[in-house]
Amino acid sequence: MQDSNSVGIVTPQYMYIDKPIQLKSGSVLDSYDLIYETYGELNADRSNAVLVCHALSGNHHVAGVYADKPKSTGWWDNIVGPDKPIDTNKFFVIGMNNLGGCHGSTGPATIDTKTNKHYGANFPIVTVEDWVETQSQLAENLGIHQFAAVIGGSLGGMQALQWTLNYPDRVRHALVIAAAAKLTAQNIAFNDVARQAILTDQDFHGGNYYEQNTLPRRGLRLARMLGHITYLSDHSMASKFGRDLRDGKFSFGYDVEFEIESYLRYQGDKFTDLFDANSYLLMTKALDYFDPANAYNGNLTAAFKSIQASFLVLSFTTDWRFSPERSRDIVKALLDNNINVSYGEIASAHGHDSFLMNDAYYHQLVSAYMKNIEV
Amino acid sequence: MAAKTTASTTETVAWRPDFDAIANWIKPNTKILDLGCGDGALLKYLQQERSVFGYGVEIDDKNVLSCLQNGINVIQNDLESGLSSFATDSFDYVILSQTLQAMKHTEDILQEMLRVGREGIVSFPNFGHWKNRLQVICGHMPVSESLPYHWYDTPNIHLCTLGDFEELCHQCHANILECRVMSGDHQVTVLPNLMGKLAFYRFERQMK
Repeated sequence: MQDSNSVGIVTPQYMYIDKPIQLKSGSVLDSYDLIYETYGELNADRSNAVLVCHALSGNHHVAGVYADKPKSTGWWDNIVGPDKPIDTNKFFVIGMNNLGGCHGSTGPATIDTKTNKHYGANFPIVTVEDWVETQSQLAENLGIHQFAAVIGGSLGGMQALQWTLNYPDRVRHALVIAAAAKLTAQNIAFNDVARQAILTDQDFHGGNYYEQNTLPRRGLRLARMLGHITYLSDHSMASKFGRDLRDGKFSFGYDVEFEIESYLRYQGDKFTDLFDANSYLLMTKALDYFDPANAYNGNLTAAFKSIQASFLVLSFTTDWRFSPERSRDIVKALLDNNINVSYGEIASAHGHDSFLMNDAYYHQLVSAYMKNIEV
Repeated sequence: MAAKTTASTTETVAWRPDFDAIANWIKPNTKILDLGCGDGALLKYLQQERSVFGYGVEIDDKNVLSCLQNGINVIQNDLESGLSSFATDSFDYVILSQTLQAMKHTEDILQEMLRVGREGIVSFPNFGHWKNRLQVICGHMPVSESLPYHWYDTPNIHLCTLGDFEELCHQCHANILECRVMSGDHQVTVLPNLMGKLAFYRFERQMK
């Protein structure tokens, strides 16, 4: 699946961080592994580094393919690569799996060397702030003091924003795409239904299902199906599936009849092979907790006082999970602080998932913005 | 303003009489909001000539992209829905350059300009120019250099003369500070409402 401007064959690397991290929750992890990939070359001034932060179900494999798996194209390969909007001829791009994830960085499914058991339910809940700390550790160890840009969509956009708050002088640009400065009650509600699906699965075993040699598949599948609905728009579902029936007629039963049912069940099933339920729980909590204005009595403008980075904020008109209004909240607080910000509201039919899609205007905006970043 | 294909941020914006008329009113190192900023050329010109800091507001995708290519801060937003993203008294100047005549909510945008900015600057094609008047007398809607559309395809739905605009300012409690009328490259001083093609007004909120 390689196109001419793909970064090509990539290999993930591990970094062992032998320095305790005090997490927001109060817990401490003495050490941890981070898995990451890099694309492009770090320049002599170390001024061209770009961090791509992943969303709920993403990981470090942003672009390129693995040598032995031709179908393993990275999740944001359409935007990261040579001559692509995030141009690897110009930038040194880093993708990292977040702490608590399930693709190589230390997480609930990792064996805790102290107990020789999976962390499972004992893995602490991590927050967006914690992730920024771990990303900062990775950057320091790679010799990168300041990022040219930190970029992310959805939960990834929250990390990009948090970077500009935690380390105002260590990030020059933030691209915050289809994100929010905090989740709405409705958004938290969706996350909680997803969590309840997992937590009430009888195979969940309080999060220690690894020892029982089982997986809470039904719960994770339902969580993903629900999530998936909210990532699409009514319009995109209607145009892709409509009311199409698999067999062309009703069968008057509860098996798969409508194409949309088939699609969602397939997506749900596929996800249970790829993702760990504990990581899913943890990532949704990180989303719910994110609220930089909370420490400032809900005043986002006050929360943004220390920001030095310039911003590109993007939203998609049909995204109802992270609606344009939420992006405008971010823009307003940036404007109140006289911060360089541009905002694009992209007319796209694909709902929240639009940020992963190959939309011409969207990619042109990112490309134009990235081209003007000095390195 | 029509979008132009733009080049990189390092290129400078060439002198333009209409840009210069506005730049002459802008004090250096001030904060500007340019409403309907097109490809960002005016804001870039003001950054070049007056070292201003600012943002453009633009609805059109192509123009927003041009602004980014021009290295201009741009907020994609429909002016018709107001300026709620911008705090009261947060700008030194709010500019509405050749956009007023194409807006539905003419009065609202003037009020919003007065709320957000210390001073407002508006420019518009003068419908009272003698050539326009002549065409109307001859039985046709005017088509000219500054009004290059037919009646059926024009985006200009609220055309006005100098006198009309001054009346609206009065109604909106805007205190006119300065007016400048241009015809091509030249400033018009004699019979401006008859001889002027493009009108520029600088105004502020009336003290209560």
